[in-house]
Amino acid sequence: MQFMLLFSRQGKLRLQKWYVPLSDKEKKKITRELVQTVLARKPKMCSFLEWRDLKIVYKRYASLYFCCAIEDQDNELITLEIIHRYVELLDKYFGSVCELDIIFNFEKAYFILDEFLLGGEVQETSKKNVLKAIEQADLLQEVSYKEAETPRSVLEEIGLT
Amino acid sequence: MVVPSLKLQDLIEEIRGAKTQAQEREVIQKECAHIRASFRDGDPLHRHRQLAKLLYVHMLGYPAHFGQMECLKLIASPRFSDKRMGYLGAMLLLDERQDAHLLITNSIKNDLSQGSQPVQGLALCTLSTVGSAEMCRDLATEVEKLLLQPSPYVRKKAVLTAVHMIRKVPELSNIFLPPCAQLLQERHHGILLGTITLITELCEGSPAALRHFRKVVPQLVEILRTLVTSGYSAEHSISGVSDPFLQVQILRLLRILGRNHEDSSETMNDLLAQVATNTETSRNAGNAVLLETVLTIMDIRSAAGLRVLAVNILGRFLLNSDKNIRYVALTSLLRLVQSDHSAVQRHRSTVVECLQEPDTSLSRRALELSLALVNSSNVRSMTRELQGFLESCPPDLRADCASGILLAAERFAPTKRWHIDTILHVLTTAGTHVRDDAVANLTQLIGGAQELHAYSVCRLYSALAEDISQQPLVQVAAWCIGEYGDLLLEGSCEETEPLQVEEEEVLVLLEKVLQSHMSLPATRGYALTALMKLSTRLRGDNNRIRQVVSIYGSCLDVELQQRAVEYNTLFRKYDHMRAAILEKMPLMERGGPQVDEEAEESKEARLSEAAPVPTEPQASKLLDLLDLLDGTSGDSQHPPLDPSPGGTLVHLLDLPCAPPALAPIPNVKVFEREGLQLNLSFARPSEIPALLLITATATNSSGSDVTHFVCQAAVPKSIQLQLQAPSGDTVPAQGGLPITQLLRILNPNKAPLRLKLRLTYNHFGQSVQEIFEVNNLPLETWQ
Repeated sequence: MQFMLLFSRQGKLRLQKWYVPLSDKEKKKITRELVQTVLARKPKMCSFLEWRDLKIVYKRYASLYFCCAIEDQDNELITLEIIHRYVELLDKYFGSVCELDIIFNFEKAYFILDEFLLGGEVQETSKKNVLKAIEQADLLQEVSYKEAETPRSVLEEIGLT
Repeated sequence: MVVPSLKLQDLIEEIRGAKTQAQEREVIQKECAHIRASFRDGDPLHRHRQLAKLLYVHMLGYPAHFGQMECLKLIASPRFSDKRMGYLGAMLLLDERQDAHLLITNSIKNDLSQGSQPVQGLALCTLSTVGSAEMCRDLATEVEKLLLQPSPYVRKKAVLTAVHMIRKVPELSNIFLPPCAQLLQERHHGILLGTITLITELCEGSPAALRHFRKVVPQLVEILRTLVTSGYSAEHSISGVSDPFLQVQILRLLRILGRNHEDSSETMNDLLAQVATNTETSRNAGNAVLLETVLTIMDIRSAAGLRVLAVNILGRFLLNSDKNIRYVALTSLLRLVQSDHSAVQRHRSTVVECLQEPDTSLSRRALELSLALVNSSNVRSMTRELQGFLESCPPDLRADCASGILLAAERFAPTKRWHIDTILHVLTTAGTHVRDDAVANLTQLIGGAQELHAYSVCRLYSALAEDISQQPLVQVAAWCIGEYGDLLLEGSCEETEPLQVEEEEVLVLLEKVLQSHMSLPATRGYALTALMKLSTRLRGDNNRIRQVVSIYGSCLDVELQQRAVEYNTLFRKYDHMRAAILEKMPLMERGGPQVDEEAEESKEARLSEAAPVPTEPQASKLLDLLDLLDGTSGDSQHPPLDPSPGGTLVHLLDLPCAPPALAPIPNVKVFEREGLQLNLSFARPSEIPALLLITATATNSSGSDVTHFVCQAAVPKSIQLQLQAPSGDTVPAQGGLPITQLLRILNPNKAPLRLKLRLTYNHFGQSVQEIFEVNNLPLETWQ
């Protein structure tokens, strides 16, 4: 996979994961064009289109478009499964996920994606394992927050900052 | 006083609350100022939160480069929450084009060697997403160490990081090839999947690696067999298919290993048959596996029965109610149509039905595939279908459809009349979308079919009378009426309804074309010339024509004006020659087919692999293969006249179609063996009498292709010979595209021409060499 974009029906970007090195300007250009192209598709059309020299696989879930760019030799149908699996993971994590969850917790969306795909390839095919890994990392994060916060407030209290 | 910084979610809330773009910008600019200050002051506690906010506004499109150094600091921090955010920031802001990029190398190194598993995971993730070639070189050994770590969580990530490293720095394959054997023994699906991906990458990069990994084919077959036969697993099954991701990846690797290799292909035959027949087809997951299976079967040296099975699966896909499945079926069949033509032909009727798809991505594919499936036995019915499609198809497909029909007609027309009818129909339906040479082709075709002159002109007249807006049609019709106006007026055509046309009507129609604002300048030229020709064909007096001609003598269009003036002069001063000049045109000779280099080059860009993947035939590429405009030099034949009017009269006959070739020297056949024939045709440009242009044409009527064809020639010392590059080195069987080659012979002394030819080629699986002297050269070639 070369990149994955999530965007709303109004064309607002909600997540962008790039697996190929491109300048910021190029990324913006690609995003703009692709968003326009996909949003112009009618609802009954198939999930695949050719764009430049890439194959684009996209699927709409509620108000969000999930859009992946794959190479010529990649399997379109399995990419649909990849998208679906990612949505399932988000759903399990957030409990009935909606666009707002992804907006307000965008960093979590990235963390989840990074436990499912790595370098553009699938790294873990077990839903359970992915969610377990996220859980552990979240826990670690909580602990490290607490560790960080506590000493400071104590020091503050006794007037030594 | 320390102002508490906004929480991430609060900021997002505020931004979303902004009613206008300007307001949003204000909020963000204010917050970014805070963030900048916070970075400057170096607040370690909240750094990760500040970065998170910055990343959010970055996603909205605002600049965030001042956060780059903060990413570094966060990554270097011992706290997990910092690292997590820092690495995320690095992946979003620190791609390899940034100067700060390399600075994370050290942190990553530390984290890889000393960090906890989650931390190692973060480092590997970042490395595999944005790692530059230099970083990959630096950190390769660290990653290699992690491949053998006990924790599957880290190992699966290390394997995929290795994949990224090899993509960036192919030499690193040396490091990552040895561990593969052991990794392949893994039971953990994630590690296994990563390993298969790694092996695939290694094999694609080096033929040596490919040979090396052929020996794991039996092992891969076993792994896949276990997957397919194992029952439901809550962890890995999707819609009744065990771990489709892993299955697809294994199938892909098997494809690469089995390609062009009999033994490997045989080893996997049974398993592929098993997967093809047993996989659940009701949901997308199963179909994904089936698709990959089909692609693998078709690409390796599989048994014929298996290939038929695969194509039939695609045929079933075509009937699937899911649009996506139909789409991949059409795409895959298109890839196979060249190599497995007869198998794909079986599904022709289904493909043709797909033309009616409302989704243009599908109908476009269906069109390409339909055009590729036209052959001499189905050309009539296919053309009917395609013509039907042309009438109702979306505008962006019209041009391709029209060109495709014309090309198919060109290649497979059963009769000349059918061919003319077909072109006529295309011109009437989609005249504006046809290529420019369609007019030339049609006039040439009609010109060559003497028995159909009356029929053609009658039909064209009727078509023109109905509609004068389609320019190519108008041009051809005008030409025909001009040439065969007498036949039109006789009304003696048996093949269509008898047409009673008065002379006046014909003239009125042509005048209408001349005056219409829809007519292009070229069209007007055709019409004017046609009128002029009619002056000799019609029996009535020519006053009307003379009038029109003289009016156009002051036309604003220079081209038209020139013609009109010339014709006027013809009426007034050279009336005695008018009949001779306006005689019917002689039959034009076609130029030989030439490969269009430009079309080839643009196709090269699409074909990325060196492996023999069959090319996707597209209508436009096929059309470019036949460049039918005659490019060789040759003067138009015209009666000798005084120099000054002669100059303008030559222009008169310079009609916009191929000029008649000067061929007073007859063609000779110089060689024939088992269906391969070599003919020589001659041309002598009048400006250089000593120069003789010989075109050698190799044709093949046998059942087997002729390949590696090379023709060499030798002439006596007093004569100069120049051999130009041939059009190709393959003559396909059954009258396929011939090879042409130009020989230039300069013989100023008029020495007797002797020509010795040496041919080498492969035919019927044997290599052939023939050396002979051409002994039937006509005298005119050197006298």
